[in-house]
Amino acid sequence: MTVKSTDRHPQRLHPLPLRIMHWINALAIIILIGSGWKIYNDEVLFGWLHFPDWITIGGEAQGALQWHFLAMWILMINGLCYLGYGIVSGRFRRKLFPIRPREIMANIGDALRFRLSHEDITVYNAVQKLLYAGIIVVIVVQVLSGLAVWKPVQFSELAALFYDFQGSRLVHFIGMAAIVGFIVIHVLLALIVPKTIGAMITGGPRVDPQPDKTPRNAHPPEPAQ
Amino acid sequence: MSTGTPSPSVFRPKDGIDQSVLEENRKLIEEIDRRKLLRGAVSLGALTMLTGCDVTDRGAVQAVLRAVSTFNDKVQELIFRPNHLAPTFSEAQVVKPPRFNAFYEITEVKPVDGATWKLELAGLIKDKRSWTAQQIYALPEQEWIIRHICVEGWDYIGQWSGVNFRHFLERIGADLTAKYVAFKCADDYTGSIDMATALHPQTILATKYARQPVTDPFGFPLRLRTATKLGFKNPKWITAIEVTNTYPGGYWENKGFNWHSGL
Repeated sequence: MTVKSTDRHPQRLHPLPLRIMHWINALAIIILIGSGWKIYNDEVLFGWLHFPDWITIGGEAQGALQWHFLAMWILMINGLCYLGYGIVSGRFRRKLFPIRPREIMANIGDALRFRLSHEDITVYNAVQKLLYAGIIVVIVVQVLSGLAVWKPVQFSELAALFYDFQGSRLVHFIGMAAIVGFIVIHVLLALIVPKTIGAMITGGPRVDPQPDKTPRNAHPPEPAQ
Repeated sequence: MSTGTPSPSVFRPKDGIDQSVLEENRKLIEEIDRRKLLRGAVSLGALTMLTGCDVTDRGAVQAVLRAVSTFNDKVQELIFRPNHLAPTFSEAQVVKPPRFNAFYEITEVKPVDGATWKLELAGLIKDKRSWTAQQIYALPEQEWIIRHICVEGWDYIGQWSGVNFRHFLERIGADLTAKYVAFKCADDYTGSIDMATALHPQTILATKYARQPVTDPFGFPLRLRTATKLGFKNPKWITAIEVTNTYPGGYWENKGFNWHSGL
């Protein structure tokens, strides 16, 4: 006997697979940024910018390269699982879309007047949606520019997308800067509303996976057996 | 140890293999077992938070990192496109002189005497007669204007000419099914590449830069130039070439840089 999926057991806000993928991703990103800074230091793009050794990962250049090319696999495999999960489960559609420019402006206005509500952490506001959807796009581009830096000949078509090898390096650097910027905002906001951190560890409140707000005509109720 | 030389390889030290490296790293070698590898994998996460701290399991972590680097060699061999040409450029884009790279400064370069220089051949090669500079320079030349990319991140466009390496390997009767081609250099630098890269159309034994003989700092009289590898995989001042199925390593590779290092 199997239990049919008509049994709509309310899920956690952040289901277990999602939480695991979130923290694996966080770890991979930290390794990639720390080792990437060390690799960058050997041939800087901007003369005024060197990363102090104590915030880099890997020790010497070869160690940093080894860490970078280990963490790249973790990021890519975990990232593909995350994208697959987000699309198949409908989580992206439910939580990140639609993103309406008018709501973004309203949110920013509220935030500046300290009126932004943090009561319900199960619904993302428009700025959150924009940041969360945006960082997914940034990381996808970051993986592509990284592949172009790693293999500018085997993936020469990809490198040409970023102009050339140095273009790929520059895009890879800008992508890193965008991710660091995201992490600063993301961590800061999470610290302001600490229950969001708890939710990413324990799963948070149970929520109806198919809220009434979103009409779901694609799946008519199945006949009872 | 004085066990003598089991093979006439020019890559084998005359006094037998240097055991001191093995002694120094005995602890590391003993630590490469599966359980420790697994434990290393588990502690990878915690380690990233402790970069400034002393790590007791450093040997195990190193083993994991090297294992992944070896895995990455295999991946790079799989994605290598044998007949896919690297981008080429116009003569106007060529940087003169080229940019120097070595494990020491340009002022420390010891010029090689072209009159007494010889290229020795070893390993899986039918005709192991050595070559003089004159003989090498008489071979048919081809020219490539290609990008040199250093593992550090810099690059420049260079104009290299010399005999196509596949042509040379065929001419000396090298076993083209062997895995590796190893190089020994006048400055004691060593390096090795995979056979697929050796046979790539844009891999040459370069004797000229910008149509002039290669100058001392850039490898006179003979250096490797391949469009599909990072800069350090292009040995200069080559004195010996060996075709082999035994992993030869290399100067930077032995220090932990990725062996394949393809572009």
